[in-house]
Amino acid sequence: MPVLLRRFIHLVVVLFCVTLFVALLTSMLPGDPVNSIAGFAPEEQKEQIREQLGLDDPIPVQYGRWLSDFVTGDLGSYWTVTGDRPVVDRVKDALPVSIQLMVYAQVLALVVAIPLGVATAYRAGSRFDRGSNFTAFGLLALPNFALALILAYYVGVQLGWLPVTGYVAPSEDFVEHLRRMAMPAIALAVGQIAVYMRLLRSDMIATLQEDFITMAKSKGVSPRRVLWRHALRPSSLTLLTVAGLNVGTLIGSAVVIEVIFSLPGLGSLLYESITSRQYIAFQSLVAIIAVGYVMLNFLVDVLYAVLDPRIRHARA
Amino acid sequence: MPERDLDVAEMPSLTPVSTMEPVDLVRADGGVPLTGKKARQGKLGVIGWLSISWLALVTLAAILAPILPIDDPNQVTASIARQPPGTDGHIFGGDGLGRDLFSRIIWGGRSSLLIGTLSVLLGLVLGGLLGLVAGYFRGRADGVLTGGFDVLLSFPQLILALTLVTVFASGEGVTATRRTVVLILALGVVSIPVLGRITRANTLTWTQREFVLAARALGAKQREIMFREVLPNVLPAMFSIALLGVAVVIVAEGGLSLLGVGTQLPRPSWGNIIAEGRSELRDSPHIVIIPTIIIFLTVFALNYLGDVVRARFDVRESAL
Repeated sequence: MPVLLRRFIHLVVVLFCVTLFVALLTSMLPGDPVNSIAGFAPEEQKEQIREQLGLDDPIPVQYGRWLSDFVTGDLGSYWTVTGDRPVVDRVKDALPVSIQLMVYAQVLALVVAIPLGVATAYRAGSRFDRGSNFTAFGLLALPNFALALILAYYVGVQLGWLPVTGYVAPSEDFVEHLRRMAMPAIALAVGQIAVYMRLLRSDMIATLQEDFITMAKSKGVSPRRVLWRHALRPSSLTLLTVAGLNVGTLIGSAVVIEVIFSLPGLGSLLYESITSRQYIAFQSLVAIIAVGYVMLNFLVDVLYAVLDPRIRHARA
Repeated sequence: MPERDLDVAEMPSLTPVSTMEPVDLVRADGGVPLTGKKARQGKLGVIGWLSISWLALVTLAAILAPILPIDDPNQVTASIARQPPGTDGHIFGGDGLGRDLFSRIIWGGRSSLLIGTLSVLLGLVLGGLLGLVAGYFRGRADGVLTGGFDVLLSFPQLILALTLVTVFASGEGVTATRRTVVLILALGVVSIPVLGRITRANTLTWTQREFVLAARALGAKQREIMFREVLPNVLPAMFSIALLGVAVVIVAEGGLSLLGVGTQLPRPSWGNIIAEGRSELRDSPHIVIIPTIIIFLTVFALNYLGDVVRARFDVRESAL
């Protein structure tokens, strides 16, 4: 069986398990789920909610209904005293914010980590290498939410360089947009920088001992060209895969960071749905995040297989 | 028996992609050379000893919290509210409500360390057992278990924990104890696949060794081989990952606190002290900074020791 096909089957199985779990979330709420969802509601509205959610139906029916709603973009409603509002409206606005944040963080992390990784590998064992390594190791121990708060305090409050909260769309004012996104992105990126740098460094050190590097050097290729052209390419594959797969970590962290900096992304919606006990919205948000993550993982796997012939041709 | 060349395709979860898969709980930068010569050799060195001392200190303080001569962590003294460290003999000052921050940090360590160790222990026992079975028996059991691990890992881990805690312990009338128990279980569930996979990978290698074959030839029972021959060799790997795991769980509890589903107030944890201090950040940054330093030192110590163990026993997930 070709690798890609196997990956695809894996994707289907995982998607099924993940969505089944999420679909049954609300029915797992302790007690009568409807009381948790809308405790305030009069009896007939509760009846209506129960009907709509089909909590009394058998599990396959519940799952089927949830899935068909989900794929057609019906993410349920916010149930409030004054009526219900569709969740999907707010998700539409929130999704781009979260994606922007994660892309910025990822790009920033790679832009800083790649030169550092290359330089430390080239000068392995030097004082610079040891210093960077130790710093990276220290940064791994700093929780990103703590870093976010410290940045907010020193850069935002004390120095007053950047606004601490709020979001401006790039179409509105791009410079202001970047100013608002800078601290959240840095807070997210720092931990990743440490991981990527250490990873690339160890990979590069191994690559630099290969025969083709010695060959290139003996031909008189400049060290700079050897590093960036000959050595970085074979080493970067692992890094890019890890960067892709690391999005899982990033998603979790981004949720917390968004809340700290009041960015109106999925994380903030998630937080709001927890505090205001909007379990239907919560369910849909978790589903979006989980499904997005699974799909992304699949894409990374495929990309990896496409890029690396050894995997593409692996007998399965 | 010559070491068999393991066929990549035989091991669905160990294709090159998967061995590199970074696992949130572990920061699986496996095999990356360590910082410091001592650590690289698997020796403790000065930093190692400092790490052990620090962990011993916080653990001891957490255990002895009820008998230490410190304030009640929930006692409010209005005059020290938001006051900086040193005010009126309160070494860490007061928090936003006027509770002694030092006492809350000590009691908070009780929650944070309890959640960290118990949930990882849960992952260690369950994940370890499943991983051992998967790696030892291979075949169908392996397929099913590895598939299960993969499904669990296909959720972003913090989101999975967040979901479990929200569903089972949020809303009105949730006691602090229920919240803590659910936190331990949720974070434990999240760590099962991580520890399961590392155990499986190591079990696979050790099961190929001659002494296992010898034990088999001598007629030892499967269970004896698994627990007496294979398990002791796999333990260092599990242990080194477990150390990192405790650190990650402590941080995760902090993240959950900021999302409102960490340890239930007024019971303190390092995470929820930071979360609470957020609203006082402008005028009393010490409420955030002090617990941050405590978490930093603890996580650093755990990471460092985990790396020492890893270097000492040459543990690599990709060691196959």
